[in-house]
Order: sequence, then structure tokens, then C-alpha cells
Amino acid sequence: MSTLELGAPRSMYRSVRKYAKIYRASLVERMAYRSDFLLGTVLRFLPMITTILLWQAIYKGGEDSTQAGFRLNEMIAYLLLTNISRIFSSMPGLAGGIARDIREGTLKKYLIQPIDMIGYLVSYRMAHKTAYVVISALPYALLFYVCRGFFDTGWPDLLTWVAYLVSLILAFFVGFYFEVCVGMVGFWFLEVTSLLYIVMTLNFFISGHMLPLDFLPPFWASFLKALPFQYMAYFPAVVVLGKVRGQDLAIGLLGELFWAIFFMMLARTLYTRGLRRYSAFGG
Amino acid sequence: MPIIEAQGLTKTYKVFQKKDGLLGALRGLYHREYKEVKAVDDVSFTIEPGEMVAFLGPNGAGKTTTLKMLSGLIYPTSGTAQVLDFLPWKREDEFRRKFALVMGQKNQLWWDLPAADSFQLHREIYSLPLADFEKTLADLTELLGVQKLTRQAVRELSLGERMKMELIAALLHQPEVLLLDEPTIGLDVVAQVAIQKCLREYHSQRGVTMLLTSHYMRDIEALCDRVLVITHGKLVYDGPLVGLTDRFGAEKLVKLLFDGPAPSDLGRFGEVTKVEGPTVDLKVERTRVAEVLGAILDAYNIVDVSVQDPPLEQTIAKVFQQAEPANVDA
Repeated sequence: MSTLELGAPRSMYRSVRKYAKIYRASLVERMAYRSDFLLGTVLRFLPMITTILLWQAIYKGGEDSTQAGFRLNEMIAYLLLTNISRIFSSMPGLAGGIARDIREGTLKKYLIQPIDMIGYLVSYRMAHKTAYVVISALPYALLFYVCRGFFDTGWPDLLTWVAYLVSLILAFFVGFYFEVCVGMVGFWFLEVTSLLYIVMTLNFFISGHMLPLDFLPPFWASFLKALPFQYMAYFPAVVVLGKVRGQDLAIGLLGELFWAIFFMMLARTLYTRGLRRYSAFGG
Repeated sequence: MPIIEAQGLTKTYKVFQKKDGLLGALRGLYHREYKEVKAVDDVSFTIEPGEMVAFLGPNGAGKTTTLKMLSGLIYPTSGTAQVLDFLPWKREDEFRRKFALVMGQKNQLWWDLPAADSFQLHREIYSLPLADFEKTLADLTELLGVQKLTRQAVRELSLGERMKMELIAALLHQPEVLLLDEPTIGLDVVAQVAIQKCLREYHSQRGVTMLLTSHYMRDIEALCDRVLVITHGKLVYDGPLVGLTDRFGAEKLVKLLFDGPAPSDLGRFGEVTKVEGPTVDLKVERTRVAEVLGAILDAYNIVDVSVQDPPLEQTIAKVFQQAEPANVDA
């Protein structure tokens, strides 16, 4: 032990180290599923072909005209890029898993072991995402290479790249803590499957995964842009397309940071309250 | 100084009373009727370091609820408990590093992964030094004879093997207090004995304090000297296992071997429980054993005789039946 780690910093160091190790252990575990990941990625490309064909039909004859500020090529580039956003922000099985742990009582492992559930889940999910990014990097690179013709606005500058990276990382946290909050509802209602279904279906639309939010009437577009969901698909995509710049970019990123922190605190509060309820009634 | 101390532990659950039928269900939407159920009622006991104590009681008696309070999963409605000088439900990390809870019906291992991976994760969670971890793991896998199975996905293991893995996972951080809830439930006799053997040896090596619940008297007889009997949430007996028979076993079992076919008029001495050719099992009140034996020896030719306590299971069953039903407040 070095003399640097004493008292509170030392316990914090230990704690960080613990979760870092959990991250590493989970990463090894997730890499075991690489062929599964790879197949999943490739299968995800198939619907994109239909999407491209659909939008080409919609824009037919007016390829250079704009719809809600998007030319055909931009539109397709946007839809390809939302998939990158979703790699970071989607959390398959997270909320459902938490609700199941509560319902079936497997939650108790987090209560009797010296570990924090949310801390554990975030380490695990980061490992999951890392593994996914590493494994799917090649197929995605290939896809974007094949589709390079749609990206005709030029190579983004360094600032845009940095902002894009930040927006993706924050998208992970917004997506993660949002889903954790949804899962925590399980403390109050035993059955959350239908709630999950509604949230996920709605999310596909209001996050801009299906089409850019700008396609909606102005009121609804600005309404949805005030909600956290746009950060799970729309925002990172328009950032890298260079559609949000300067002050708007700064405000957008701050908004994303705000929602990440908001859901983080909400998740913690719900967990504390939920546990109190669980310890008093259930167990 | 006791390692576990419970004082007046009480846990009351509110149970929603569901009405019959559709109309009842609708009424339940706005007007809910609750019933208070006392799962654990004013239970006090102390356990000294190194003791192996069994918790006995019928289903729903409050054993598991008590274990859950001692492990900090739930708060008591009133009363308090100290385990290793900690208040369990504060769930401090220091406390959680020092105890383990094993539930026979729930598993903690990653289902799709080899147990070894779960063990590795436990090492991280408890921040165990590598050398200690490997030593403990090697000892435990040898003790339970599962060295070859740790690399197999948990879901491919048999119930008994899985339980052994659960036990290893629970012991890796060398807890000072081990709480076991039905550790051998659903296991065959061979696996049961293996688990018992492991617990016994582990206890003698490390002097760990154990509190276990079980339905199998064999577990209890093999492991524990002291029993706590709980029925309807109340502690009705706390003492040595043998004392149970003295206290609750009002009858003795007299086994007789006659020189020739057994006579048919033995009913006047006590309850005849078995007749097989020349052998007879006769249940006699404890106080009358000497008198009855004298009379029988006088009247018949006896080849062999023995006086035993009835099987522990029967005594326990009787204890459970004798205990008063709980007061249920609507």
C-alpha cells in the first residue's frame, strides 16, 4: 500500500477499484458472447435496407429538396447515426431485470453483500457496452463505408467530434439511469411488463429513432426536444451531422448533462425509498 | 459476549384481504381490508460465538422472517437485534463482510456461467486477497468434492451440486456468522450428508457461528446441540436437543420381543403401535414405564426388551401441535 491512500481517499480508492474490477470481470464474461453480439449486429442491418428504400421512395424526384431541413442523403445518414446513439443509450433487459429482482427476491444479494446495486449495475452495463462497441466496430465500419455516399456534408471538425463523443457518453448515462428509474417502479407495483412495453414503444418514436423530431409540428418538436428522450437517439445524430452548433450545442449538452444527473438522483431516491418499503413489508 | 442477540424481535405484516369474485375485486380497488399477521412475536435469545444452533418450527412459524431480520433484509416492527455488534438492517459494509446467508430455495450464482466465474466476482465484491481466496476455494471444493465441476455452467449442475456451489460462494469470504435457511431442501440423502459433513468440518476448523433452519431432523441431529423451537411466531423452547424429548416427549417407546406369538391384550398397558410376530412396539407414559415393564415381565416370557425415546420427528410434530394457535387480529 502506498502512503497516498489514507483515510477517506483510501476507502474511496478501494471502492472505485472494486467496481473497476467488477467491470473487468463482467467484460470478460460479456466477451464470451461475442458471436451472439456479432450476429445481432448484422441482423440489425437488415431493417436499415428497407428504411433506406422507403425514404428514397418518399423523396423520389426531389432528392435535393429538403423536408423539415433534411435532404434525402442527410435523412438516411441521420437514420444510420441513430443506431450509433442507440448503441450507447439502449439498455436491453435493465429495467425488467431490476423489477424481476425485486419481485422474486433475488434483490437480497445486493443487500447482504457489501455492494451497491446501482454501482454494480453501472459497472456491468459499461462492460456490456464496451464489449458491444468493440465487437460491432468492424461490421459498423463496413456498413458506414458502404453507405459513405449518404454522408455528403463533409468530414466534421474536431470540436464536433468531441461534442459527439461527449453526447454519446452522456446518452449512456441518460439511458441507463432512466431505465433504472423505470425498474425501481417494481418496488411499488409487482407487475411492470406492460409499463415497460409502453415506455419502450413510445421511446422509439419520441427519442427520434424513427424519424427526426423536426418532422413534427413545431410545437411538438420543441416539446419533445425539452424532454430527456431526444438524447437517446436524436441529439447525438444531429450533433455529428453538424446541425447543432455554437450556443445551441452548448445548451444541448448542458441539457443532456442535466437529465443524466436528474435521473441519477431520482434513481438513488427511488432505490432508497423502495428499499425502505421492501424492508418494512416484503423481503 | 454473545455474537447474536435478539431482544423482543417482532415482525407484523399487513396482508391484503382479497374478496371473492369480481365484485369483491372491484371493491378491493378503493376499499382495502388488511389483516395484521404477526410473523414473529417477541422473540428473544442469545447465541455465543462458535455455537451451532437449529431453528425448528413448522412452515410459516417465523423462522425465515427471523433469519431475514438477523441478516438485515427486513426491519423488525419492534424489538431489536445485534449481530457481531452491528445493527443488521443498517447494512454497513463492515457487517456484510462478516456474515453470510444461504437460502436453499434461492440462488445467487450466475445461472449461465461456471460457478468459478461467480466465485471470481465474489472475490471482487468482498475485495479478497488472491492468495486467501485461492486457498479457501481449494479447501472448500475439496471438502465438498466438486473440484471438477467449477468450470461447468451452473444451470447444468444437479440440485445437490448447485447447493454445494452456493455454500462455497457463501463461505469464500470466511464469514464469522453463517445463517442457513433450509440448506438441504429437496436434496437426496447423499447430498444432504455431504452438506452436513461440510458444515461440520468447516465449523470445527474455523469455529464459525451457525444458525440454521431445516425440516430434516437428520440435519439438526447431525449438526446442532441446541435448538430454538418457534411456532406461530413465538419462541416455545430454547435448549439442548436432548432436552426436547424430556420436555415434550411424554411417552417412551417400549420394544418387546416375546418368546412366541405376541399376546393380544397389551392394550391395557399403553398404545400398541406395531405388532409383527413376536415383536411389539408399545407406547407408554414416561411415569408408568417401570410399573408397566414389571407387570409385563411378570405376566409373559420376554426374550428381549428395550426402552427408547420415540423418534425425534414425532416429538417435534407433537410440540408443533401442542403449541397454541396464534391470535389473529382481523
